[in-house]
Amino acid sequence: MGGTNVGSPLLNIAIFGVFVLITLVIVFRASRNNRTAADYYAAGRSFTGPQNGSAIAGDYLSAASFLGICGAIALNGYDGFLYSIGFLVAWLVALLLVAELLRNTGRFTMADVLSFRLRQRPVRIAAAITTLVVCFFYLLAQMAGAGGLVALLLGIDERAGQAVVIAVVGALMILYVLVGGMKGTTWVQIIKAVLLILGAGVMTVWVLALFGFNFSGLLDNAVEVSGNPAILAPGLQYGNNPVDFLSLGLALVLGTAALPHVLMRFYTVPTAKEARRSVVWAIWLIGIFYVFTLVLGYGAAAIVGPETIRNAPGGPNSAAPLLAFELGGPVLLGIISAVAFATILAVVAGLTITAAASFSHDIYASVVKRGEPKPGQEVKVARWTVVVIGILAILGGIVANGQNVAFLVALAFAVAASANLPTIIYSLFWRGFNTTGAMWSMIGGLASAVILIVFSPAVSGGATSMIQGVDFHWFPLANPGIVSIPLAFLLGVVGTLVGRRRLEDPVKAAEMEVRSLTGVGAEPATRH
Amino acid sequence: MGDDALGTGTSMRTVDYEAVQRTAEFRELKRRHRSFVLPVTAAALVWYLVYVVLAGWAHDFMATPVLGSINVGILLGILQVVTTFAITMIYVGYANRRLDPLAEDIRSDLEGVDPDLEPSGAR
Repeated sequence: MGGTNVGSPLLNIAIFGVFVLITLVIVFRASRNNRTAADYYAAGRSFTGPQNGSAIAGDYLSAASFLGICGAIALNGYDGFLYSIGFLVAWLVALLLVAELLRNTGRFTMADVLSFRLRQRPVRIAAAITTLVVCFFYLLAQMAGAGGLVALLLGIDERAGQAVVIAVVGALMILYVLVGGMKGTTWVQIIKAVLLILGAGVMTVWVLALFGFNFSGLLDNAVEVSGNPAILAPGLQYGNNPVDFLSLGLALVLGTAALPHVLMRFYTVPTAKEARRSVVWAIWLIGIFYVFTLVLGYGAAAIVGPETIRNAPGGPNSAAPLLAFELGGPVLLGIISAVAFATILAVVAGLTITAAASFSHDIYASVVKRGEPKPGQEVKVARWTVVVIGILAILGGIVANGQNVAFLVALAFAVAASANLPTIIYSLFWRGFNTTGAMWSMIGGLASAVILIVFSPAVSGGATSMIQGVDFHWFPLANPGIVSIPLAFLLGVVGTLVGRRRLEDPVKAAEMEVRSLTGVGAEPATRH
Repeated sequence: MGDDALGTGTSMRTVDYEAVQRTAEFRELKRRHRSFVLPVTAAALVWYLVYVVLAGWAHDFMATPVLGSINVGILLGILQVVTTFAITMIYVGYANRRLDPLAEDIRSDLEGVDPDLEPSGAR
């Protein structure tokens, strides 16, 4: 396999090393003011909208969206593009329904908002559990992907060597989050987003220039090289099961605004207006990036060719790096490889700090210590949680290396859309919504999404299932969203009707509504 | 700012939120907010679902070439991106004109009542 590698692994490592050095310096400089929980979890709420918007793009554009979508378009044509549209349109839900109201009412975590006017302990515990589950699935997918990336970019074929690299990436991530907190994590994400979008932009212009800026000509070439005109229309990947794709599309478009690590980013700005500007910046950056990947995907099909991509180590994920090599030789390949590593690092860091904040703030401080932890104790617990989660992520990444766990990202979106979104929307927009409704919706959404995926062809009984050789699937779709999302919305209504006798605090409900819309009493930025 | 995890945000029972909720000004803010965000979100989601359904069940229609080899599917996909950008900018304009001034009014009224409030956090 090593023989099919292109470029120079040493150069790739060197460029990545430069990225790590620069970001480490920034992280250490940024970490000077990490004293309170607001500093550690929310970067003192001191980022501007454009900065936070870039960080959101850096957090959101994971290796799956860069390497994965380019590869999917290069091999399966149009169906790869479908993914990115769902990922983008989803941001309208975050912009219109969630970002500003959440910033105005919460402090650090998603559970802050969900438990604002409901009974604290049960709702907080349930919200923390769904947060941890989503982060865990997402984290595992990223770390498992790192193994394949190592094979591709560094030419390391043995599993032991890959395990070492996964451990190094994980250890770096722990260092960033431990030292830098949310501030350090944010800077890593900003730098990565700038590099990723610039890199993809340069490659896009380059590819278009090769075809005389004639996109139609590029498409013709892609068809000619791959010998398959069907790549220009939908159907190659999902043609046999469009219901499954509809289910995936629902999860993508409704899951984004309920991803805990995305929600947490809205607390890093001083006001709701800055939260709005963050999303606007994120939408522009993410939207432009996905247009780039459309060109890059077809460009890889035309210039590199699907045969070469399929046979390269890393398979579809190698489309973008191989295209970089064809265009700019080993140097551009090195830059794109470093960006890909930076991507994993930045996304994993964002997930880890979110999970740590949820455990420490929601479970430890609010539930175990009943809202009165000793001064400084909450941040200390958060830092220990970072270490534990980091080690779990490394072990999970090593074990899952080489397994087909691509469905985990889709599952994370499905769980977010089912377990979190209904309760977020109801508690922000429906005055009569109560604790019973929240519990039914969160637990029902989580359980149905996870149970359906366990008994789906993604786990057993399919050609590409995670577990081969046994078949215990009875749910026909690989994506549970089409069942679990409406079910969770319905359970929220039914639970609310069932639990109606127990009155919630009307004063708290009024406070939440007034604060969410006006920003009265919203957490201010810290001043140092 | 401390590490206290109690409640969500600075608790301000000194403000009578139920009274604020009943004012005409707040009701108008709520009406303006909901009458924009709810229908626009619904329309955007429906438009996205139409696109997904077309991609799932109308392959031939999506494959119809329009500009050279650029077909209906690719144009509709790009159109999704364009409408997302457009809705974003329209909402920003609406919020700046119709929501922010009203919210600022209510906020400064409340902050006038209670000098302990932190105006800097709600710029």
